[in-house]
Amino acid sequence: MSRQMTGARMVVQALKDQGVDVVFGYPGGAVLPIYDEIFQQNDIRHILVRHEQGAVHMAEGYARSTGKPGVALVTSGPGATNAVTGLTDALMDSIPIVVLTGQVPTFMIGTDGFQEADTVGITRPCTKHNWLVKDTETLAQTLHQAFHVATKGRPGPVLIDIPKDVQFATGTYQGPREAKQSRYQPKVKGDIDAITKLVEMMEKAERPVFYTGGGVINSGPAASQLLRELADATGIPVTSTLMGLGAYPASGKNWIGMLGMHGLYEANLAMHDCDLMINLGARFDDRITGRIADFSPRSKKAHVDIDPSSINKVIHVDVPIVGDVGHVLEDLLKVWKARGRKVNKEGLAKWWGQIDQWKAKNCLSYKPSQKTIKPQYALERLEALTRGRDRYITTEVGQHQMWAAQFLHFDAPNRWMTSGGLGTMGYGLPASIGVQIAHPDALVINVAGEASWLMNMQEMGTAMQFRAPVKQFILNNERLGMVRQWQQLLHGERYSSSWSESLPDFVKLAEAFGARGAKVESPKDMDDAIMAMIEYDGPYILDVMVEKHENCFPMIPSGKPHNEMLLGDASTEGAIQSGGAVLV
Amino acid sequence: MSALNIKKGSSSHSAYDLRDPNAQVTESHTLAVLVDNEAGVLARVIGLFSGRGYNIDSLTVAEVDHTGHRSRITVVTRGTPSVIEQIKAQLGRLVPVHEVHDLTVEGPSVERELALFKVAGTGEKRIEALRLAEIFRANVVDSTLQSFVFEMTGTPAKIDAFAELMRPLGLADVARTGVAALARGV
Ligand SMILES: Cc1ncc(C[n+]2csc(CCOP(=O)(O)OP(=O)(O)O)c2C)c(N)n1
Ligand SMILES: [Mg+2]
Repeated sequence: MSRQMTGARMVVQALKDQGVDVVFGYPGGAVLPIYDEIFQQNDIRHILVRHEQGAVHMAEGYARSTGKPGVALVTSGPGATNAVTGLTDALMDSIPIVVLTGQVPTFMIGTDGFQEADTVGITRPCTKHNWLVKDTETLAQTLHQAFHVATKGRPGPVLIDIPKDVQFATGTYQGPREAKQSRYQPKVKGDIDAITKLVEMMEKAERPVFYTGGGVINSGPAASQLLRELADATGIPVTSTLMGLGAYPASGKNWIGMLGMHGLYEANLAMHDCDLMINLGARFDDRITGRIADFSPRSKKAHVDIDPSSINKVIHVDVPIVGDVGHVLEDLLKVWKARGRKVNKEGLAKWWGQIDQWKAKNCLSYKPSQKTIKPQYALERLEALTRGRDRYITTEVGQHQMWAAQFLHFDAPNRWMTSGGLGTMGYGLPASIGVQIAHPDALVINVAGEASWLMNMQEMGTAMQFRAPVKQFILNNERLGMVRQWQQLLHGERYSSSWSESLPDFVKLAEAFGARGAKVESPKDMDDAIMAMIEYDGPYILDVMVEKHENCFPMIPSGKPHNEMLLGDASTEGAIQSGGAVLV
Repeated sequence: MSALNIKKGSSSHSAYDLRDPNAQVTESHTLAVLVDNEAGVLARVIGLFSGRGYNIDSLTVAEVDHTGHRSRITVVTRGTPSVIEQIKAQLGRLVPVHEVHDLTVEGPSVERELALFKVAGTGEKRIEALRLAEIFRANVVDSTLQSFVFEMTGTPAKIDAFAELMRPLGLADVARTGVAALARGV
């Protein structure tokens, strides 16, 4: 049904037609017509944030926890530039979000008008695609196209820049079905010959491993289900990147833990020693590979990815399969079953024997303390006291993030939201709000470092206003802990600016926002403190005073192969040589 | 801390990528990229090259289908075989890109470039310039008593050669269009 309406009304209509129920945003001169339309309807809820970066991270949290695209609406100029970090974060982690920006009227573009910025120019490298709409007649089409591009293929952020005169002018609205079919149709089915070849390799492999990533989660819940089925039927061990946690359940019998720079000993050694690596929706990120030349030197490698540019970008693979992980897993299972469900039983039994030996190292063990709260202990207790609940976890960036990945366990996808590729401090608090808005009755916890948390702390106001009872679990070491750890290992313990000086009193801060806060300093009070946090019906800050100079292990130092992992504080001296020091 | 022993020009794709950039020979490839002629499409393609550290040796672009609003971008680039593959994959995933052809590997192709040369001089040099232009089949498109403007189409190598010859004869200015290329046959 085509109708005449203003551009501003089209925006709201298109959002409704795309199934959007919430928009995270912040108004300003260049988006007033759209805000006026939002005011006059009740289908779409608007969450007023406190900073545009917060809006984008909330949209990301919403998207990661629902599988649906998140939407943010911001004004021109500073509103748009404040959104850039969130866009880049979403691009790196392949999160589908649609960001709408206001722009000065078309006749003023290029005149350095008030709050004019070249938004499509600035965001071109940090979006999957972006558009400047100069004519109201093309607005509806572009809006529908934006949702299509954000969600199809490898998901990612898109941005539509809408000049104010385009919002005021009248044009013809088309619904999603009347809109022109998009030419952008990435291939989802994998090549069946390559899939068959991979099955043959799986049947013979003595030491196979599934290396899974965020692509399994992006593909949808069916992909996670198929992964479980395939792994459990074949008995092949499963490891995952930071982004893929929950795709295969942590309680599953084939789970060998997260891999990578701070991944588990058994997972990294399995990657190093395997003879068949099956990469499902991961991208051989440098946090995973360590030194390229020594990365899993004796394995054949298969790589399933919906983005052809991911294949052979970093690591050369023997069996590339371009396609959606879910579709490919379905075919893999079919072919494997049809060929008689064969595996190399003897090889696998030996392989598991080896993996169990590695597991016996107990690489996450730490020195417990009666006096101070170890961050690992705080997370162990958080896990024990929240397991089984309808729980979602977000994190900030730093040591606490890595400990959370190590000590919290995820049995389902979309329950773990963390800034992986960009490593954005300040992500966790707004992301937790986005998750909570999507799941009002769930327990949503942001595992935070005190320094990261301060980066977007203004969003506590948003949590209060919209009654999002998010729990802020701050592991407070009064340090930029991860920076301090690197300075200890790489820069002769010269702790240059890695102290969190002049920290606020987090309890008073919570109260200043109208929320509740508490501080816990002794291990014996940990459980009560967690329970009080969970039971409080509203936003809550728990300031957990933890050991200040605890290091996060295991750690594969920069520029080292997987089998040269550091397991504890012993023998860290000189661990990273000059070549590695330049790396991040 | 001792000096970091990292080769100049190491690829920055991965923080760990310490491969010797000279370990593999670089090749020159001519790519034809068919795109929707929408606002910003050229910036998107160029931004991809600069953002990921790829080379552009030559670039031409024009709308080739006015009803379908399609443009053809011809880009000559250099890199190791794996970098060339990456460039093609990265171009291929841009939303407005329809097709990416590597004319260097997809069978024989023809490459042509147009160039204008201003050569200033009198006497013997002027006569010699005109004689060489004839040999190279360059046309005179402007002349004054002190100068010529020659127009020439040919391969980049032929244009280079002509420019070299004109230099001692008073070459004052050169304008080149960059390479246009098509696959041979049908
Ligand atoms: C926006 C941003 N700035 C800087 C960094 C670099 N960085 C990584 S971790 C870290 C320290 C984080 O401190 P905190 O949040 O207290 O976490 P901790 O490591 O102490 O657990 C810093 C500064 C970053 N990741 N993001
Ligand atoms: Mg800290």
